[in-house]
Amino acid sequence: MVSVILIIFASIFFVGIVTRTKSIASGRKGPGIMQNMKDIIRLLKKGSVYSKTTSFIFQIAPTVYLASVLMAILMLPHGVHPGVISFSGDFVMFAYLLALGKFLIIVSALDTGSSFEGMGASREALFAMLAEPAFFILMGSFALFTGHTSFSSIFNALDFGSYISYMLGGLATFVLVMIAMIENSRMPFDDPKTHLELTMIHEVMVLDNSGFDLGVITFTTNLKFAMYGAIISNFFIGALPLILSIPLFMLIQFCFAVTVGVIESFIARYRMSHNPEFIFILTSLSLLIFFGVLLILGKFM
Amino acid sequence: MKYISISNNQAISLDSIPELPYGEFLESNVGMLTGSPERHCVNYFGFWTEAYSSGEPVEDLYDENKNRKEYGENVKLICCIADDKTHQIYVSSATVDPEVVYESFTARNHNFEKYEREMHEIFRIQYNNHPWLKPVRYSHDRADKAETIENYPFFGADSHELHEVGVGPIHAGIIEPGHFRFICNGEQIMHLEIQLGYQHRGIEQLFLQKKKLAELTTLAENIAGDTTVGHTVAFVNLWESLCGYKPGRSLHFSRTLALELERIAIHTGDMSAVCADIGYQLGNSVYGRLRTPIVNFLQEWGGNRLAKGLIRAGRTNFPFSGKLGARLASILDEFELDFNEMTSKFFKLPSALSRLEKTGVVTYGQVLEIGTVGMAARMSGLNRDIRSSHPFNLFGEEFTHEPVIKHHGDVYARVRLRRDEIHQSIGYIRKMIADIPEFTEAAGVKLNPQRNMFILSLVEGWRGEICHCAITDNEGRLGLYKIKDPSFHNWMALAQAVRNNGISDFPICNKSFNLSYCGHDL
Repeated sequence: MVSVILIIFASIFFVGIVTRTKSIASGRKGPGIMQNMKDIIRLLKKGSVYSKTTSFIFQIAPTVYLASVLMAILMLPHGVHPGVISFSGDFVMFAYLLALGKFLIIVSALDTGSSFEGMGASREALFAMLAEPAFFILMGSFALFTGHTSFSSIFNALDFGSYISYMLGGLATFVLVMIAMIENSRMPFDDPKTHLELTMIHEVMVLDNSGFDLGVITFTTNLKFAMYGAIISNFFIGALPLILSIPLFMLIQFCFAVTVGVIESFIARYRMSHNPEFIFILTSLSLLIFFGVLLILGKFM
Repeated sequence: MKYISISNNQAISLDSIPELPYGEFLESNVGMLTGSPERHCVNYFGFWTEAYSSGEPVEDLYDENKNRKEYGENVKLICCIADDKTHQIYVSSATVDPEVVYESFTARNHNFEKYEREMHEIFRIQYNNHPWLKPVRYSHDRADKAETIENYPFFGADSHELHEVGVGPIHAGIIEPGHFRFICNGEQIMHLEIQLGYQHRGIEQLFLQKKKLAELTTLAENIAGDTTVGHTVAFVNLWESLCGYKPGRSLHFSRTLALELERIAIHTGDMSAVCADIGYQLGNSVYGRLRTPIVNFLQEWGGNRLAKGLIRAGRTNFPFSGKLGARLASILDEFELDFNEMTSKFFKLPSALSRLEKTGVVTYGQVLEIGTVGMAARMSGLNRDIRSSHPFNLFGEEFTHEPVIKHHGDVYARVRLRRDEIHQSIGYIRKMIADIPEFTEAAGVKLNPQRNMFILSLVEGWRGEICHCAITDNEGRLGLYKIKDPSFHNWMALAQAVRNNGISDFPICNKSFNLSYCGHDL
């Protein structure tokens, strides 16, 4: 339960911190940290407009998307405190719960019949598909490393004993940060601030959503961000007591948000055709982690 | 003589333009362009002959809905070919009957494509071998009311593999309306067709209806909002020359200065927009900020950030003082410092370069065939710059302009072209404010156009060559005013640039050209 509360709390500030970092980096005053949340609340107060060409899929998709992410969050542990739902192999269900939400958003984008949204849906499906092996090889390696197959037992048993395992932790953090950028459609894969439909991935899929639905989708994106932050923080928290682990959790979320902001400020976005190449690098890095684990376990001897 | 040779801003009698039979007219003009990259068609237009012979005031030819009451018998065509080497413009004419079907220029040279489409639209001139005879604008004075742009015949691909993406005309952001139809193979663009015309205001007709000089100047200022100085300078140069008035150095000075300031401001803004399109926030905000002091200076000088009201025929309401000169010098010093710092970062950033290089390439052969002007020609090694080829105002007298030429024709070439032109313009301005002329009000200037004249005025705006043509009737009133914005030709270059590129690279290609919708639609 601790992790659910912490993630929801962190999600309130996360995008605000990213925006603030970007404002400071470009020498602007920028909006306050709570602005994103205020926008979401404003949207939630509004009604939605539905196009005549859409079916019920378009109407249920935002809710399913939110539900899938909330459900996935319930599975995440916080240090020694397991998630609300926890069983062996729960990380597989975690990944496919997220995929379910994404599937519904993709289908609802196709439901609108707009050529823009179709384009966005095809890009989102492609990049999500390419990112999936990286996540599974990563989690599989750690399952192999610890001998456990649920999130909480993997993270509890993680013991950075040798130098090589620190390297694995570092690599895993990098891979997870990058997966988070892909899943949340941030730079350098996608530019959430762009006004150009032809270059968008995620934003173009929700062009037809309005009011309450749009608010739900935007908040879900924030939740997803904080969720990946929580996974990353679990690599570092270990068995620390709550009084230390909660500030550490917040610090890691903060650093994550600032990193995202800095990346978005100082580099240009990738060309769309370079995205798959970069995502394959993540898979290779996960394979490196996998071989590192084999090395530690002495499987090569 | 097959043509009469004139220089930029030289008024000649309308009767002195040689009239050829259509066949000879075609051979002569197409022949002049064949194998001569230094020549291009700056304007080619027609008008009803009876508008001049009847002596009827021009506005009487239109009813209250601005439709022509009756159509004349014949259309007189005037073709103007500019030669960059001899600095001359060759003008010739022919009279055609809209009932007869003619051979098109376009079949022989694509430079004439848009002009002939426009004439087909307005005068119903028939061509038997024009390859792309589609509507140009949402114009109300089209000859064939049945043929509207609403059912524009788009090029289509009947295929299961390819799909079409339509963008606009209600467009994202703050830009103007236009419809873009892509034929794509997945993410790859196979073909782009651009349908414009939504912004048509009938500005050329308004020129004939308005009588006061102040009204005409205001009209010229509003031909294309981002090229206020360029179009106004073209108009006032034309008008003064038409009236036989020789402006003093102070007027040339303020026009040249405003033109170069506009160039710096828009180029900097474009670089900011290119950065925004590739998601490079630092470049976007720094270049965006740098544009502001330049446009603010225009406000300090002339009371308007877009330089509206600054340029007037025969006089200036805003003399440029030594105090303003000192202020401008300090603004430029600060500008250059920040601009150089940002530029050295931007042009070394690998992620930015990978987006710009080899994106949206237009080859030398393509730009020559299309007949692009300005930046869209210089990016691919085609030397087209009115400041050196047909000098006006201070150019050619006080400055010998050396055009900046790039050769790769990609987005990167266009961005580097802007960077170098900004440096060049700063250099010109520094030279100019070192020698500010005395602004003395010339008393009793009377600007009355001469009768039965033809005149052509060329100006190099920031986007490229602006061409204004005027003809006066036998009472000294404007009988025809013809405008050609550089966008008129350059849109085709954009359509060629995006082929085989990813559709997600279209916005950056579009921005790197930054073409005008209303300048095209008039």
